[in-house]
Amino acid sequence: MNDRNVPTALIAEDEPLLASALKKALAVAWPELDIVAMVGDGPSAVTQALALAPDVLFLDIRMPGLSGLDAASEIADDWEAGPTAGKPFPALVFVTAYDQYAVQAFEARAVDYLLKPLQEPRLRQTVARLQQALASRAMAEPGNSAAASGANPSLEQALEHLRHLVSVAAPVARLSVLQASVGNVIRVVPVDEVLLLEAADKYVRVLTAQHEYLIRTPLRELLPQLDGTQFWQVHRAHVVRVQAIDTVTRDEAGKLWLQLRGRPERVAVSRLHAHLFKAM
Amino acid sequence: MKFDWIAKAQHLLQTLALCLAAAAIQYAFRPERPYEIALVYSLCIGTSIWMLIDFGRELFASAARTGWPTGHTAWLLPLGSVIGGYGLGTLAADWWFGWSSWSGVGLSTLPASLLITALAGAAASYYFYSKTQSGYLRTRVAEASFQASQARLKLLESQLEPHMLFNTLANLRVLIDADPARAQTMLDHLIAYLRATLNASRTGTHTLDTEFARLRDYLELMAIRMGPRLSFELTLPPELASAQVPTLLLQPLVENAIRHGLEPKVAGGHIAVRAQRAGSALLLEVDDTGIGIPVSGIADGGFGLTQVRERLHTMYGAAAQLALLRGRPDGVGVRIHLPDAASNATPR
Repeated sequence: MNDRNVPTALIAEDEPLLASALKKALAVAWPELDIVAMVGDGPSAVTQALALAPDVLFLDIRMPGLSGLDAASEIADDWEAGPTAGKPFPALVFVTAYDQYAVQAFEARAVDYLLKPLQEPRLRQTVARLQQALASRAMAEPGNSAAASGANPSLEQALEHLRHLVSVAAPVARLSVLQASVGNVIRVVPVDEVLLLEAADKYVRVLTAQHEYLIRTPLRELLPQLDGTQFWQVHRAHVVRVQAIDTVTRDEAGKLWLQLRGRPERVAVSRLHAHLFKAM
Repeated sequence: MKFDWIAKAQHLLQTLALCLAAAAIQYAFRPERPYEIALVYSLCIGTSIWMLIDFGRELFASAARTGWPTGHTAWLLPLGSVIGGYGLGTLAADWWFGWSSWSGVGLSTLPASLLITALAGAAASYYFYSKTQSGYLRTRVAEASFQASQARLKLLESQLEPHMLFNTLANLRVLIDADPARAQTMLDHLIAYLRATLNASRTGTHTLDTEFARLRDYLELMAIRMGPRLSFELTLPPELASAQVPTLLLQPLVENAIRHGLEPKVAGGHIAVRAQRAGSALLLEVDDTGIGIPVSGIADGGFGLTQVRERLHTMYGAAAQLALLRGRPDGVGVRIHLPDAASNATPR
């Protein structure tokens, strides 16, 4: 909130008609709200949110580039790294047409969400809650005490919610092997041999001690099929075998890096997952 | 080895009942002999045969699924068990009475008791055989109908993806206010799309003309939703308009192109569907400029593609072909060759 009295918001929605409809509905339900940016994909949502630091983010769950949840995680990840450092983290409202599991997760974490098609009474409810949240935030943080104390309570709370939300997925059977095609041959790779899974542009790199394979199934789909005690997600793009982690190092910027046994790669740990690593 | 002890006990009880009946019949024919003799021999022999068959069949691997061995074992097992059980049971009963049936006066009754044993053994074996068979068939039928309904559900889910439906309705709701004429057009497309997907019999055929009209309904809906991110082009030469194709054959391919190709791509892209004659064959092409599938992706074919392949196979056998072009710099292409376009495609 640059101007202390005008609340600001960003709308991330890939369907143009729905984006403008949400903007219009908000103009009625919350006339003071200033929509500072409207974007149609995940990566733009991240850059715009970090550049403009709005008070509220309306994020569609299914967007090209990055899902709404992943975009929120990225924003939280980089919030303290740029000009937004010390500022209160935006209130999150997820928008979805139909994502059973996500909606259950939102309910469970008391995270605000809107269902498409948008219903005006429900939007008014959400707006009332947001206004209340922004008001109590303004009371709790007179001036810039947050930056002084070093902790950012709204960011910590958002991270806490996001941790739970991104881990929720449809229950599925465990995978014991991955199938990667190499030329005309399908290589069957036992999950037990996998040390690191890395999301690249259109596929996932599967690294064992000796080999590297590419598969097309997105990390997001693979993750729930892996044993959570054996594999940890440490970054949006990285899932590591816990047993293969050798050392965890913190660099000058405060970022965590993993060194794996049997692989030369260094793996970055995102803020969202940094809580996994602490000395016992 | 794990036994179903309740089933075994039921079989034993049924065997005992049969033994009592056999003993009663024997007694009726020769009332001068004490009933006890017929009863003890019948029970001993019957129980022995039951034991040999009911536990013996567990030794054969071929009995694991149906409960009864297959091949020659199917009749050798009861035959051997009846002979062995007769010997064992007679020995046990002899021991009970303290005499021997194999010598002296007992020998004269052997043929009669052997006959009774053989008849009762055959009847009981047949009874238990048909019982296990019908039980096996019942579970098979239940399994098959479960699989069929799972497949139907999956098909329906893929056709009426709730996410697509609710997003379309959300767009419609906006249009009703902003542009009623366009809302009406969109609603008409939605109605045609729903009617086609819900009614389409998955075995029949319709004309290419109709097929392309249904594709247009779906693509018009998606074009309204995706705005400038989606453009499309349907090319159907007039001379092919009346060619017969399996109903909604191309629908899953176009949905795949949108869902996996264009929707995840920030810039969106283009879809082209074309029909043309290639020699005597009918060539159908679906191309998109989406994010594509890398050459070294997981084995090709999600549910949509598998389903199209299966339908082609059941309708045309090896005469129809489907090729997936991937690893191209831009997007995915599917080529379908159907036999005999000239004679209006005569599916088997």
